[in-house]
Amino acid sequence: MTSIGDVRFTTAGDTAFNVEFGDGIDRPTNARVMALHARLKAAREEGRVAGLVETVPTFRSLLVVYDPAATRRREVQAAVEAELAHAGRAPSAGALWRLPVCYDAELGPDLEEVSAALGLTTERLVDLHGSTEYFVYMLGFMPGFGYMGDLPPELEKPRRTEPRVRVPAGSVAIAGRLTTVYPWESPGGWHLIGRCPVPLYDGARPSPVLLAAGDRVRFDAVDRARFDALAADVAAGRFDPETLRAAS
Amino acid sequence: MTAPCLTVVRPGLFATIQDLGRVGHQELGMPVAGALDPVALRLANALVGNPTGTAGVEIALLGPALKVEAESVRVAVVGPMALSLERDGQSPAPLEPYRTHTLARGDVLKLGAVTGAAVAYLAVAGGFALEPFLGSLSTYVRAGIGPLGGKPLGDGARLPLVCGDAPSGSDVELPHAPEYGGGAVRVVLGPQEDRFTVEAVETFLSATYRVGKEADRMGLRLEGPALRHKATADIPSDGLVTGSIQVPGNGQPILLLNDHQTAGGYAKIATVISADLPRVGRLSPGDALAFRTVTVEEAEDIRRRQEQTIAGWIRAIRPVRPAGGVDLDALYSENLVSGVVDIVNGNGDVLNAENMNGRAP
Repeated sequence: MTSIGDVRFTTAGDTAFNVEFGDGIDRPTNARVMALHARLKAAREEGRVAGLVETVPTFRSLLVVYDPAATRRREVQAAVEAELAHAGRAPSAGALWRLPVCYDAELGPDLEEVSAALGLTTERLVDLHGSTEYFVYMLGFMPGFGYMGDLPPELEKPRRTEPRVRVPAGSVAIAGRLTTVYPWESPGGWHLIGRCPVPLYDGARPSPVLLAAGDRVRFDAVDRARFDALAADVAAGRFDPETLRAAS
Repeated sequence: MTAPCLTVVRPGLFATIQDLGRVGHQELGMPVAGALDPVALRLANALVGNPTGTAGVEIALLGPALKVEAESVRVAVVGPMALSLERDGQSPAPLEPYRTHTLARGDVLKLGAVTGAAVAYLAVAGGFALEPFLGSLSTYVRAGIGPLGGKPLGDGARLPLVCGDAPSGSDVELPHAPEYGGGAVRVVLGPQEDRFTVEAVETFLSATYRVGKEADRMGLRLEGPALRHKATADIPSDGLVTGSIQVPGNGQPILLLNDHQTAGGYAKIATVISADLPRVGRLSPGDALAFRTVTVEEAEDIRRRQEQTIAGWIRAIRPVRPAGGVDLDALYSENLVSGVVDIVNGNGDVLNAENMNGRAP
């Protein structure tokens, strides 16, 4: 491990290393990750860093992946350090998405239990969740799974102690200070409070993943009838998710 | 007449189309996937004259039976697998791996048990005429991503061929099966070795672990002495690579393989070096393994030497010798191979290489 100022370089074998900007999950730290990610992505596309395969942004660190048959760690790290000197702290704002959500006890089976545990009415929980603009810190777990924050402090609750084996695709969920929409049916330990009828992953789209790290998301509450109508449109291929991109 | 293809007439247990991975989309949360043993896939492609990253069939446990519905097709199998050919309704005749075979319309290639490694590979000359997704034909079964609906080869599945005829020229072979080396699996400590107690790191580097029953393309759960964290196993989720060894709260390490998630929230004690990934990709439940550390610079040097070795193996590919005859070309190319083996093992094991080839004096 080496450090430059408050930036730490940690080693992930001979194919990657992490550039760490801190230990916590917060916007200023993540903004530095995204700034370096943007610089290195441009450098890679312009072919300025030989052997650089990709960079993967996460909450507080950037994974820099390289091809050890084509280059060496010290050369890639030197290039990263040079970019770091130029990387600002404020990359341009990502897209703003307005995702419809039906907050409903059937589609969000934990809605009532979580509200009660937090000492809130379900209306208050829905109001708090729906009145916040979230930031997509990173994608991971499954293709298109966005870790978004920050939840209002009143909604903070640790993950379930017993994860579910099957969480339905589209489930809108919360855990800790984060919220997400499950793009796939998968196991999951977050609390399910509603469902989004629009798939966040669709292999038939030219860009199969809707959200990108750095994007922003607002949730718009819809009633069950509207949810069903949207779900039917999606199933029939009549829904263009680009219409959810809001003017920011 | 339908488009040329191989048709699955018996599915096998877990055969998937894989190339060298869906590289470059991890920021979307998209796993890389790809061949667990990329060396074997590359050699299979070299045998049939394909570019190195052409997609082939990765076969685990028991292979499928494939019927040739093309004028002819040249295939190569690399890996410890039994195979046989059923032609004209005759009883199946055994075939050798580590070489090409030129098959005719109506032939049924029966890929049998894979023993001694988790996976073996089939490559076809020209490759499969399948539509890449995000630049790759790798199959990520967990999310149904990749060709054939992102699923393993099923009964009746058709694998369309780019070439409806085998290339001209005779069949070729590798002089010997590729060497993967033995001893402890080499790792670089980190990225979070500082989250573990000193005793845990010592234990990790001295104990023998065994691959548990939960072993698949995502990773291998290892059984052995528990590794204690200084405080908690949890970290803010960060990026993972194939070869990451993460340790959840129960202290039992998990060695991540090609279908690993792009990010994870458990501390990682070490990372298997890239040159040893083909070895760990070949491990099966019950196999034992130990770890020893090298530096990043050493790992990079080892990988470069391995690439030279693989290039040597590919240069040594030679026409299949006629049974019983003395083949001068083969004699000359074996001398080259011996030089290669020298690089591989660093022990100048020339005699051994010649014995392995069964060459008459």
